[in-house]
Amino acid sequence: MQKRHIVPLLYILFLMLPIYWLVAMSFKTTGEILSGFSLFPQTWTLDNYRVIFTDPTWYWGYINSITYVSINTVISVIVALPAAYAFSRFSFLGDKHLFFWLLTNRMAPAAVFALPFFQLYSAVGLFDTHLAVALAHCLFNIPLAVWILEGFMQSIPKELDETAYVDGYSFPRFFVTVFIPTIKAGVGVAAFFCFMFSWVELLLAKTLTAVAAKPIAATMTKTASSAGYELGLLAAAGTLTIIPGAIVIYFVRNYIAKGFAMGRV
Amino acid sequence: MKTQNQKAWFFVLPVLLLVAFNALIPMMTVVNYSVQETFGNNLFFWQGLDWFENILRSERFHAALGRQFLFTGLILIIEVPLGIAIALSMPRKGIWVSVCLVTMALPMLIPWNVVGAMWNIFTLPEIGLVGYLMNDVLGINYNMTQDPLAAWITIIVMDAWHWTSLVVLLAYAGLVSIPEAYYQAAKIDGASNWAIFRFIQLPKMKTVLTIAILLRFMDSFNIYTEPFVLTGGGPGNSTTLLSIDLVKIALGQFDLGPAAAMSLIYFAITLLVSWLFYTLMTKDNPN
Amino acid sequence: MAKITLSNLRHSYSSDPASRDDYALKHIDLDWNDGGAYALLGPSGCGKSTLLNIISGLLTPSEGRILFDGEDVTDLSPDQRNIAQVFQFPVIYDTMSVYDNLAFPLRNRGVDAVKIDQRIQEIASLLEVQDMLGRRASGLSPDNKQKLSMGRGLVRDNVNVVMFDEPLTVIDPHLKWKLRSKLKELHQRVKLTMIYVTHDQTEALTFADQVVVMDEGEIVQIGTPVELFSRPAHTFVGHFIGSPGMNVLPCDMRDKGAFFEGKAVPLEGKVRSGLSGRTEIGIRPEFVSIGKKGLEATVVKVSDVGRHSVVQAMVGDTRLSAIIDDDIPNQGDVVKLAFQQDQTRLYCDGWLASEI
Repeated sequence: MQKRHIVPLLYILFLMLPIYWLVAMSFKTTGEILSGFSLFPQTWTLDNYRVIFTDPTWYWGYINSITYVSINTVISVIVALPAAYAFSRFSFLGDKHLFFWLLTNRMAPAAVFALPFFQLYSAVGLFDTHLAVALAHCLFNIPLAVWILEGFMQSIPKELDETAYVDGYSFPRFFVTVFIPTIKAGVGVAAFFCFMFSWVELLLAKTLTAVAAKPIAATMTKTASSAGYELGLLAAAGTLTIIPGAIVIYFVRNYIAKGFAMGRV
Repeated sequence: MKTQNQKAWFFVLPVLLLVAFNALIPMMTVVNYSVQETFGNNLFFWQGLDWFENILRSERFHAALGRQFLFTGLILIIEVPLGIAIALSMPRKGIWVSVCLVTMALPMLIPWNVVGAMWNIFTLPEIGLVGYLMNDVLGINYNMTQDPLAAWITIIVMDAWHWTSLVVLLAYAGLVSIPEAYYQAAKIDGASNWAIFRFIQLPKMKTVLTIAILLRFMDSFNIYTEPFVLTGGGPGNSTTLLSIDLVKIALGQFDLGPAAAMSLIYFAITLLVSWLFYTLMTKDNPN
Repeated sequence: MAKITLSNLRHSYSSDPASRDDYALKHIDLDWNDGGAYALLGPSGCGKSTLLNIISGLLTPSEGRILFDGEDVTDLSPDQRNIAQVFQFPVIYDTMSVYDNLAFPLRNRGVDAVKIDQRIQEIASLLEVQDMLGRRASGLSPDNKQKLSMGRGLVRDNVNVVMFDEPLTVIDPHLKWKLRSKLKELHQRVKLTMIYVTHDQTEALTFADQVVVMDEGEIVQIGTPVELFSRPAHTFVGHFIGSPGMNVLPCDMRDKGAFFEGKAVPLEGKVRSGLSGRTEIGIRPEFVSIGKKGLEATVVKVSDVGRHSVVQAMVGDTRLSAIIDDDIPNQGDVVKLAFQQDQTRLYCDGWLASEI
């Protein structure tokens, strides 16, 4: 049994290598980086990080990103909940077509929407706002959230709803105090994926912002195109973007392992 | 059983509004532009299907489409078997399962531009780990900005680094849901490891693999950020994939008509091939 | 076909067992005769599945040896022991046809195609699945899938023993009896040693010639269904078999006589001398009657089961069941219960202590 475990080990090593390189570089001075190759930082420096934490252009990038990602996650999950409930409990005119249409939006190439979104959001006066990016990301995230939540809701028996009505619960009260806590794992999974896809997306986030709501991704690309002078800074900025992802995974690690153990995706 | 209830439309309304706002209005604009020509000042002239013909005949489009199919094809051929192989060799019980799953998930949560930037730094000649290894240690001439082959290899390896874990995680989920009794019966039947894979594991992973392949197809076909940040579409236009070309035309050149027509064709191709994949893979299974 | 011997078997699932309770199987010494139909009966957690997996080779015992026809097979893997096992849910190869499913174990062993075909036709007709041979295995109903699982086990002609681990669990109730009869028929035709594990006494008692009753990792009694019913060697057996099970009444021993609630109760025969420990009287509800003389009891519940009624009555703090055909009393009545003497037994610390 042990012999085959070398495969995942090698794979994980492969995964960690570029990340190590990025982190190592974030602790080097630009001088050291450009002067040649070094596996390990010769002179440790926290300068790169200092710049990021003190320069508003940099740290606002992070704040902006977290802001629109959170707004999007909240919006997506909240509107998806009643919709998913409807899909799992009711049959109505056009339900299958609607569901399918929602899923096709997930397949859309973001590039197709770049220019149209630019025009649309400028026209409604939302250009360069967090709300714009949050709303734009809804295109992909809402169908995803609906799909995930519907899957979880299907496994809850209708008897739960019926018992609540018999007990005199009004629908809103039932939904909020009984139903949602029952599927909280599903809400967690949906929120996780919405967060993830919004956090990693660059094209639309960059297209819809200029200064006020500029995400960290855009700030970084400016540095990258300035002919590599500030590689250390770039590396530090990049390293910091990995942290939210790592934190989120750490929090859901039990769900990931347990979810697989129960045979669900 | 689901109950008939037309009032369900109220539940779906917020979702419908938000998605329609983001999907229908832009799509209408795109369709609008795709059949008109403009010279600025909001003056539009009807062009009919000219832009579509233009794109479909354009060498540039054929080249980008060809590159895109090549890219997606290579991605699927590499990532799917690799993902399955890794899932098969992962431990099934114990603390290492968590460790594996968590570390494998990490690349998928890194912003896409950081992925591109990371691989840029990683592969720079002289300065990057791989660049140094290839050029100075192994003596192989490796320079992404000059050599199209090096650029292609790098974007493929980068994507494999980025997304193989998706296939691994999905395949693993399918694998651990197989009851032990199947393996026991196979032992009693004297089945070889290959037979176990072919007749037990692979069939039982069919649903999750379908999802994995569909997702990888769609996302790799639509990819923009990572290769763009890494190579900018170059050297020349050797790694200019379909999305990159489209954005160049739409946002770079502001050629509304051609961009719109290309968008519609692009979207149509994605939908068509996804539908084909889906039908082929679920043909024995009405699920 | 083989005679199976289990010698000094003990098994613990933990790598470092400290006390007796860490052992799933505490001590098993057993012979299974060639060609017999056996049932392993017991409640959940008694160790029967563990024992089954040890016999088939899917589990290696912590201690002890297993012998097939005198040969030590303890270290052999399942496919080397030539056994067949049918699981709780149908285990079939979905992507293959019924024919290929049946052929699979033979093809893996290099048997030639002509022989394979011959064998498959034999087994298929035995199981009545001949008209399904070309069909895809995944399309069959659960009971047919289970038959297919059985078929795959029987298709090899040098099978030593066929083991069934609660095979009727996923079968619809109205089809269970059909499959049960099929199994019995199979055993009579094929004459292989068969071991059937279950927690359902009906399945065990109808299938087996000999039943091995287990509880908490130990064998409590081995015997024919009739023996187990009429002369339980342990209160557990008496209680587990029969519906309702045997009445177990606490009693005191005075001068070689048994006293229940202060009244003397005549037993089937002599009691072993030198008894110390918890003494109980065992009598099956079938042999408790209501009459003019006997122990006074108050009826607390009467259930009409169709063919007869089950009357539950209290004598002091002890609840008794009696099976009555006519003159059924009402709840609250005070009745006199009589015990058929030759069926009244004494148990000490659970084990039979009276002799005929």
